[in-house]
Amino acid sequence: MTTAPVPAGARGASLAVPSRIGRAGWLAVAGVASLFVVLIGGIVLGSADLAPATTVGILAKRLLGVDLGQTWAPTAEAIVMDLRLPRVLTAMVVGTGLAVAGATFQGLLRNPLADPYVLGTASGAALGAAIAVLIPVRTLFLQFGLLHGLAFAGALLSVTVVYKLSRTSPLSPLTSLLLTGYAVGSLLSAGLAMAMYLSGTGLRQIFSYLLGGFDGTNWARLAVAAPLILGGSLAILLRARALNGFLLGEEAAAHLGVDVKKERTILLALASLVTAAGVAIAGLIGFVGLVVPHLVRLLVGPNARLVLPISALFGASLLAAADVVARLLGGVPVGVVTAVIGAPFFLALLRRARTGYEL
Amino acid sequence: MTEPAFLVDGVTVEVRERAILRDISFRLEHGERVALIGPNGAGKSTMLRVLAGTLRPAAGRVQLDGVPMATLTRGAIARRLAVVPQQTALPFSMRVEEVVALGRLPHEGSLRGATPGDRAAVAGAIERVGLGHLLGRDARELSLGERQLVLLALAVAQEAPILLLDEPTVHLDLRHQVEAMELLRDLNERDGTALIAVLHDLGLAAHFFPRLVIVEHGRIIADGPPAQVLTDERIRETFGVEPALVRLAAGVSGG
Repeated sequence: MTTAPVPAGARGASLAVPSRIGRAGWLAVAGVASLFVVLIGGIVLGSADLAPATTVGILAKRLLGVDLGQTWAPTAEAIVMDLRLPRVLTAMVVGTGLAVAGATFQGLLRNPLADPYVLGTASGAALGAAIAVLIPVRTLFLQFGLLHGLAFAGALLSVTVVYKLSRTSPLSPLTSLLLTGYAVGSLLSAGLAMAMYLSGTGLRQIFSYLLGGFDGTNWARLAVAAPLILGGSLAILLRARALNGFLLGEEAAAHLGVDVKKERTILLALASLVTAAGVAIAGLIGFVGLVVPHLVRLLVGPNARLVLPISALFGASLLAAADVVARLLGGVPVGVVTAVIGAPFFLALLRRARTGYEL
Repeated sequence: MTEPAFLVDGVTVEVRERAILRDISFRLEHGERVALIGPNGAGKSTMLRVLAGTLRPAAGRVQLDGVPMATLTRGAIARRLAVVPQQTALPFSMRVEEVVALGRLPHEGSLRGATPGDRAAVAGAIERVGLGHLLGRDARELSLGERQLVLLALAVAQEAPILLLDEPTVHLDLRHQVEAMELLRDLNERDGTALIAVLHDLGLAAHFFPRLVIVEHGRIIADGPPAQVLTDERIRETFGVEPALVRLAAGVSGG
């Protein structure tokens, strides 16, 4: 009896299939380029007109200390430095967080339709933030701490409840997760409505959480949220290996050396943290976390080492660009813009899900 | 290595107070290959999960390379043993080579991605299992049998000294069943990989495995060479079929 070391089919087969890593490199370059374009565009465009050259001049002077030999009115500098730059940067940071959190939830729950909005995580954070608004605190430091702390608690609580409930459901994982997310989200919306009813003077701020947007952004708020969002995203990126393990399911992840319970807890907590910090400064903004990772995955495959950083870049650009569109439309909430882009996308995904995902 | 690959002693597994495995004792040396056979619901897959360390027994001890399983991290276990599940669902579109590359996960660091060594292991596994013609294809669009071979390649890429397989041939056509069995024998005899495979096809098991372990009602009822354990009487009693049928189907000449 002879032993064939290589089965017949393998002979002469070539392994030279173009890797998607090269494509990921180009996408990363494009992502960085789009960040710069959106950064300049986001500062130039708005209710008060600024020339692009002036904008670049102000940024070069103030951020890099390079004098390009231009002059401008003090008001122009104030608009750039105090209003538009923090606004664009906030949109970018929040967009990064939403895209990374979306990619994390999708990978961890193995569900292409999962995102912070669909899962009710963002609503949980919004309710936590609304409760923080209701609690009268004088000092700024405590106020920020309370806001982010309660938003995180709300996000963590809602994602835990949705996750546990969906696993005990007899329905398919896809359906049960979406339905549970919907039910818990509805309950949280009711809580938010209740908070608005009780709010009195805080009504406007709570209402702005519902709408989602960057009207109230300033450097102080960004300075608190940015480390949470960017730090959390980085921590998730460092766990890309574990996230890849979950691609074939939890049992397979264990076989591949992933401590399933521990990694699942850490990743859910980090994604909740990133979501909550974003909601605390920008309110409910849907679909960024759904659309961006999905498109990136179509282009580079599901490897989290590629999906996470590239989603972060394009999430930042997309949300900052959506905010520019919202401003140009006369200040509509940015959540409206992302919903107009994202909701049809979600429906299209849902149609495809029947054939693409095993139910 | 002097320590056995597996030492299982008095293992009992209960699910909702019903015993799935009772007092299982079993030993696997490095370089050995064993087929785990028995009727449906006998506890074979549960036994595999105990060996893979994903199910902790209610009583008894399991040692991997002489080390108690419970004290090993998942990472340490994954570098010692690979598991080929029956089937798995893919939530996202994923190329065949990307699925196989997941087998390198236990060897990756948290920052560093795939090294040239990892890529060579993946390419080697793809060639060895004979998946060259499927490169670049979306793994979700493959047939069940092809996907089973992809999972086998993933485990081969993992390069673990022990391989556990749960019905690795169930979706394969006859030619691929034989090729898969030849591959397993080759992994065992040439690379020294210790194998435990749950099999339903008694003919394949008897032909390709020098040692069979028969599980029935959660107990090991026989353990030894095919000719010794696969008697006509046992085939009739445990598996409920006529012995002639088993031998004919696989074309095995005599027991």
